Amino acid sequence: MSGTKASGALTALLKRDLLLAYRRRSEMAQPLIFLLVVVSLFPLGVGPSPQLLSLIAPGVIWIAALLATVLSLDSLFRSDFEDGSLEQFLLSGQPLAVIVIAKTAAHWLTAGLPLVLLSPLLAVWMNLPAEGARVLVFTLAIGTPVLSLIGAIGGALTVSLKRGGQLLSLLVFPLYVPLLIIATNAVSAAVAGLPYTGQLGLMLAGLVAALTLAPFAASAALKLSLE
Amino acid sequence: MPVFEPVSFTLSQGELLLVTGANGSGKTTLIRILAGVLQPSQGEIRRSAGLSGQVHSVYVGHQLAVKDDLSVLENIRFMQAFLGAGDLATEDIALQLGLHHVRQQAARTLSAGQRKRCALARLHTSGRPLWLLDEPYSNLDHEGMTMLNGLLRRHLDSGGVCVMTTHGSLRPDGFAFREYQLHSGNPRA
Repeated sequence: MSGTKASGALTALLKRDLLLAYRRRSEMAQPLIFLLVVVSLFPLGVGPSPQLLSLIAPGVIWIAALLATVLSLDSLFRSDFEDGSLEQFLLSGQPLAVIVIAKTAAHWLTAGLPLVLLSPLLAVWMNLPAEGARVLVFTLAIGTPVLSLIGAIGGALTVSLKRGGQLLSLLVFPLYVPLLIIATNAVSAAVAGLPYTGQLGLMLAGLVAALTLAPFAASAALKLSLE
Repeated sequence: MPVFEPVSFTLSQGELLLVTGANGSGKTTLIRILAGVLQPSQGEIRRSAGLSGQVHSVYVGHQLAVKDDLSVLENIRFMQAFLGAGDLATEDIALQLGLHHVRQQAARTLSAGQRKRCALARLHTSGRPLWLLDEPYSNLDHEGMTMLNGLLRRHLDSGGVCVMTTHGSLRPDGFAFREYQLHSGNPRA
């Protein structure tokens, strides 16, 4: 009578979003192609010196990953907002945090995970040593869910604005800064043969904080946007 | 600026309230307040013990929340999984809605009336007692209106409640209802 359990609603929504992403797979591929293009422009722009490239590789790959994530964030809640689905979610009686978790998980699986899987290739392009490449994959695996979760807050805040995309990037980039600093520092440390577990630990702490706090912040923002 | 002048009504089991009024008189606003999407700036809604606006109502508004990239069946299946399956199988709901011949087609290929029917699948899925329908007859053909009236009659007979808005000549047919005329709160309107 009172509808499905939260876990049932979560899997239903996750499945639906993954199916929708599959149906629009060319659209989903755009941020990834953007990432590849941005990273491959660097050897052309700064010169193909292997030493220089391996020095800037962690920063370049991470910044490109941030840009690619922000590109895909604007559509996180927008289509559901525009066709009334978000309103239906609110009325379903399911906690909005559950909706946010399902949608963010789908976003990470379609935008973040492919990025993690592509990163070894990018590391080779940028002449990053093997140890650095390994840590780069770790940092992206821990970091991209945080990007999706923090991005969900920005996406929820700007969903009711007609052209929210630019404001969204202004909102979330400052929040990404600590992550960027710690992640690139970990990769550089690994390349230099220094310990990097401390940085990875900090990133994990960030992931736990984002996982527990961001869904509630984003659902509060969604409620504001729907009024 | 108040959207509409003071309103007051009580609904009990098996009742249909038809809210009428000119364009801009606040019919959609009233429905959205009842649904719990909007908070009233004044006044209150009292519900019987154990009922809450969100868990116990189904809302079908102007935005149909039908996904273009999903087929009719996939859309209905999602509503069932999300809102709680009713007593009908997915295929049977499509049949009841007159969408059986297009059930495998992406919703983007449907006509406006067919999309409306697809959104009305929500009424079949949840088994929730309060139906909030904003202009449910718009875009529906004669057969679609008959189908909706049949659904409504069954819902009201089983003790359900419905609040429906309409601005024109499209009205429920074949059963009793109360009418409530809404007047704009803006004296210049």
